[in-house]
Amino acid sequence: MSNKITLGHVHMSGCIGCCVSIADTYGGLFTLLDNYADLVYSLTLVDVRHIPKMDVALVEGSVCLQDELSIEEIKETRERATVVVALGGCSAYGNITRFSRGGQFNQPQHESYVPISKLIDVDVYIPGCAPNPEVIRNVAVMAYLLLKGNDAQKKLATAYLAPLMALAKDGSRIESDSEACGCDIMLKVINQGLCMGCGTCAASCPVFAISMEYGKPNIDREMCIKCGACYSSCPRSFFSFDVCGDYENILGAITAAMNPGGN
Amino acid sequence: MDMLGKYKTCVAARSTSSEILKSSQDGGIVTQMFIYALEEGIIDGAIVAGPGDEPWKPKPMVATTPEEILAARGTRYNISPNMAVIKESVRKYGLDKVGIVGTPCQMQALRKAQLYPVGMRYVTDKIALAMGIFCMENFSYQSMKQIVEDHCNVDLHSLKKTDIGKGKYWAYTNRGAVSQIPLKVTHKYEQPGCHVCLDYVANMGDISTGSVGSPDGWSTVFVRSTNGDNIWKKAVEAGVFEVKAIDSVKPGLDLVTKLATEKITKNQKELEHRAKMGVNKGLRNPYI
Repeated sequence: MSNKITLGHVHMSGCIGCCVSIADTYGGLFTLLDNYADLVYSLTLVDVRHIPKMDVALVEGSVCLQDELSIEEIKETRERATVVVALGGCSAYGNITRFSRGGQFNQPQHESYVPISKLIDVDVYIPGCAPNPEVIRNVAVMAYLLLKGNDAQKKLATAYLAPLMALAKDGSRIESDSEACGCDIMLKVINQGLCMGCGTCAASCPVFAISMEYGKPNIDREMCIKCGACYSSCPRSFFSFDVCGDYENILGAITAAMNPGGN
Repeated sequence: MDMLGKYKTCVAARSTSSEILKSSQDGGIVTQMFIYALEEGIIDGAIVAGPGDEPWKPKPMVATTPEEILAARGTRYNISPNMAVIKESVRKYGLDKVGIVGTPCQMQALRKAQLYPVGMRYVTDKIALAMGIFCMENFSYQSMKQIVEDHCNVDLHSLKKTDIGKGKYWAYTNRGAVSQIPLKVTHKYEQPGCHVCLDYVANMGDISTGSVGSPDGWSTVFVRSTNGDNIWKKAVEAGVFEVKAIDSVKPGLDLVTKLATEKITKNQKELEHRAKMGVNKGLRNPYI
């Protein structure tokens, strides 16, 4: 018990789909809660009213600038959490809330939404709309190893989390708008001479906005909901030979961690 | 940089099925492996480069029968975005055990997707067999058309097989004519994204295979992961492959190592060049 990390789920302007993704690890969630993490805060699941101190905060949703409580809560989260994770497209990149412009009852002035990195520094991004249960599980296991593991485990966790931390660092820069879009595939991959037509972006897009035409992604920007899935899944956005080359051991370690009884 | 990646065994092999060998590119390894795995229940479908809507244009498809797998035989030297249907394979097709064949970059994409799944829910634990194929570079469809029709003087409709080997690009027609051009002519048509690729023999496949190193009609096979090793052993035991020690065949591993080293060294230079391409400015490096 005492050796677990403390975990919170903070719900900003999100749809709770990210929280559902946490739960979609099925039995895996019980393994996580039994062995690695205590869920100390989650309005959906736990009757704790105020944001407590925690090792890892999984923050879902973006922040409405016209809602004072939201701004207060995101700042509190930063103060009270050792590691802040932007969970999902809204929290990391704004996603569908990028399109908000107010004018709806009964708070027509609620018009401006920003990804959490516009207001606080964020340590880790987990992109995706919805984020995948598997990657949430991977990050949770790695966060545990980082905070509670031996030196070798800490090293592994650091290497694993590095690209997700790099995405967060990029999004947290003052001059960055932490914007994600199908355009990323054009600007940062095709325009840079890096695209090799593997098709991963097309598979990862939740709204079928990407089709492969003669081996190259064609982005339907009217369809795009700005979630960041295509760029972060692209093997030419970030690719670590050390981590990916060791996929067998790392996936094996995660599987073993999630199956501690070995049955 | 590890030129040949990690592997448990390396052999020269070919399928024992004459039907598969009839129009396979080399030893029919991928076709045979998928048909065997499908029949054994190791996979319930495979993502392959099937026939597309234009001659010699591949179309990624989810094959669930041996006939569909057979239809994907042979190398088409242009892009087939096999990863594009990976989510579809477990959704629309409802597969539980997915086979996938792909070039080194597609194997990289697959492993990244397994470690950092984004927009890949319930995909990553269903990869049952990843077959990697050696790849020096690829071409767009239009590039291939240009090479075959303009340079080799062969109409794509009458093309039976293309091959890259011995420093030449070969085009064989259905009526038995052969034309070849020096590979040098084709360089400008290469897909630019291939010039930053640091993997020749699909280091991240469960099993990877290609023609270089083995005689015509045979393939060089690297058995890499524990999963690949288990499946390969079963398949060899079942008698679906004929196998020779790699050091008993010509030209053998030396040539594979030489070509891998050439590719990786050249592309590492390209990455260095890109970093300083402008004036106090450079292009992005995905590996750092």
